[in-house]
Amino acid sequence: MSDHTPRLEGALPPATLDDPHLLPSTRNPKRMEALAALAMVVGIVGFCAFIVAYWVDANNKWEAATLGVGMLGLGVGVIAWGKYLMPQGPFVEERHDFHSTDAEREAFNAAITGRGGLEVKRRKLLLGVFALGGGVMTLALLVPGVRSLGPKPAKSEDNQGPVEDSLFTTNWKKGSKLVTVGGRPVMVQDLEVGGVLTVFPQGFEGSSPDQVILIRLAELGPNDPPYPLAPPGNTSWGVQGYVAYSKLCTHLGCPVGLYQEQTQQLVCPCHQSIFNVNAGCVPEFGPAPRPLPQLPITVDPTGQMRANGSFDQAVGPGFWERP
Amino acid sequence: MIDKTLNWVDDRLGVAKGGRTFLDKIFPDHWSFMLGEIALYSFVILLGTGVFLSLYYVPSAHEIVYHGSYVPLQGQKVSEAYGSTVGLSFDVRSGLLMRQAHHWAADIFLGAIAVHMARVFFTGAFRKPREFNWIVGVTMLILGIVNGFLGYSLPDDLVSGTGIRIAYSIIESIPLVGSYVAFFLFGGNYPGSGVIIPRFFIIHVLIVPAILVGLLAAHLGLLVKQKHTQFPGKGKTEHNVVGSPMFPTFMAKTTGFLFVSAAVIFLLGGFAQINPIWQFGQYEPYQISYAVQPDWYMGWLDGALRIMPSWEWVGWGHTIPLEVFLPAVIFPGLIFNILLVWPFIESVWTKDTEYHNLLDRPRDRPKRTAAGAAMLTLLFAVFLASSTDVMANFFKLPLIDVLWFFRFFVPLSPIVAYFLTYKVCNEMREAEGIGTRKRALIVERTTTGEYTTTESPVRPGDGHEELDAVPVPTFIDTTDPELATADGVRRVIR
Repeated sequence: MSDHTPRLEGALPPATLDDPHLLPSTRNPKRMEALAALAMVVGIVGFCAFIVAYWVDANNKWEAATLGVGMLGLGVGVIAWGKYLMPQGPFVEERHDFHSTDAEREAFNAAITGRGGLEVKRRKLLLGVFALGGGVMTLALLVPGVRSLGPKPAKSEDNQGPVEDSLFTTNWKKGSKLVTVGGRPVMVQDLEVGGVLTVFPQGFEGSSPDQVILIRLAELGPNDPPYPLAPPGNTSWGVQGYVAYSKLCTHLGCPVGLYQEQTQQLVCPCHQSIFNVNAGCVPEFGPAPRPLPQLPITVDPTGQMRANGSFDQAVGPGFWERP
Repeated sequence: MIDKTLNWVDDRLGVAKGGRTFLDKIFPDHWSFMLGEIALYSFVILLGTGVFLSLYYVPSAHEIVYHGSYVPLQGQKVSEAYGSTVGLSFDVRSGLLMRQAHHWAADIFLGAIAVHMARVFFTGAFRKPREFNWIVGVTMLILGIVNGFLGYSLPDDLVSGTGIRIAYSIIESIPLVGSYVAFFLFGGNYPGSGVIIPRFFIIHVLIVPAILVGLLAAHLGLLVKQKHTQFPGKGKTEHNVVGSPMFPTFMAKTTGFLFVSAAVIFLLGGFAQINPIWQFGQYEPYQISYAVQPDWYMGWLDGALRIMPSWEWVGWGHTIPLEVFLPAVIFPGLIFNILLVWPFIESVWTKDTEYHNLLDRPRDRPKRTAAGAAMLTLLFAVFLASSTDVMANFFKLPLIDVLWFFRFFVPLSPIVAYFLTYKVCNEMREAEGIGTRKRALIVERTTTGEYTTTESPVRPGDGHEELDAVPVPTFIDTTDPELATADGVRRVIR
């Protein structure tokens, strides 16, 4: 490398100490030396104080303060030494061209295209088979490297497999008991008007795809007409003033946790999508593209709330296989 | 003794020749050249504090009962990841300091990279022959952002867990392969089979750092091989480097700077609370907190997701969630790709195939500077859009109005920034002597009433180097002890 050409051959006579390139840049080196030493001593005191702070188990502010003073003192001292007391030059270094000589380039290129090209021309078959082999090997390695990582997503909503393997299904079934995350069954008298509760199908408390937000919109008895939901909401899927929607935002799957009772809107705190509860949770504003899927619910003779079926579509954000 | 040791080593490794060239290596002086050093040193702190944390953190979603010293959490069921992170914050001595310093170091690391990159961009330091190093740098930025996200996801707290959920949905939004990639990465439908924390952990502590260390070595190796760029100035040409030598001057300054950077990071780590996960609580997929933001370097992606209209494409039995795919996959992909290929875009545009070792003043390249300003404005505008809800609350405005404002502000502001910057650059170029410090004139009145003006003496900052640059002297004659204690010279330092 041309970088390493020795410069020793007599070009440079030894410099003398009074060469201004070697002199400190401060006019008072003695004072600067004292200041730099002082800074470093402060640093040493800081480090000692850190050990003491650790020893007496002081809080992290003391640890940070002592450690910070230590490093700051030592750092400032060394910088002052380098900046004010060491040779500042200006010194110069020549740059060298990066590119090689034309002859070197030619030889290099010839080695690749000539020697290599000859082999390619002569042994087309071997090259082809080798390339194929490399490709097949990559595939062979990808099989365990990728396929072992997780299950294949189930194909469509007909799939009855476990929820863990499918974006289409949930654990809600006709007759599933609505329970709180603690497992307590939800009774019809549990919520006041304006009350909301996150519920799960019994046995799947806390499960992400199954989370449902239960809202009581009106105080209605079993014989009252159902609370009317504007389309695309399904009036008959509510019961006694209750409605239930998937709590997974159709934008990015955050829990749609903010219920504004006065405007009857559900707001997703992540990206501010706003859903109209009275109209089947159709998105009124923000990036969410679809209404929150509605869960049909009912009340059994004991007053226990149950699902009256499952969702009629995949819950949560969109994906390629979603019809 | 030292001579003997050096000879012993040289007998075996032959380090003397290249070693001296390395010690004589010249570093040009300018304050903006230390921005990259901030990134380098915060990375050093990241490695150190990260090793400390990895000794106590348990990467597992396994549920345990918390029995540490944080009282509100006593007896609660938490994941091992969350429990051990709270544990290393409160029950490991110095643990909280190390954890917060690690988090601050990550934020500073990416901030320093961004500012360093802006310096390289606006001064044209990425031009031939330094295109490789620009690409290496942009790659490190991308990896840094990825690793930052993975890192703050590890504690399994409510805020970061929501971030992982969003990441899952973003992956899901990729046409054709999205659900497969998400299923393979997470081990199933969200939240997966409990593998994501250990997987994020191994990517965060091994895979990405290993690549980063390799790229960092390449970045610095290329810097040494190609030598640093310099601003035009006295004695500075395309064919030399003027500055201070690697040993001892630069080494002392940069070592000191390592300590100062570390001091700032540890002081922040002790005094500025960051990511208090014990307040957020354990992540549960059905819980959410209001007004939570990701770390600053993820804000621009969050903002893009917020202002995007709800355009979902449905047809032929398939769905493409454009409202996610465009802002969260295509948009950052576009930005990063523009950054990666910028040196080539510019050299094709300007038909410039020359070597460039002298830096540009930004105003002298108004179109590039305007393009850079437009890019920064776009990113900053979309970053601001990630706090629409906070702004709506703060300014007492309807959320919808704030969102609509940003839907126009984000695409329009870079256009305004482009033309404004272009204009300012041209105005600055026309003004004579702007940007150079003017020497004060001393006006004197003689006894006869005659006025004379003379220039004041050179002050620091007036312009570099009253001396001519010389090669670093190899041998110094130290025989005259008188000279060794000589006073310094008044040197103009930049």
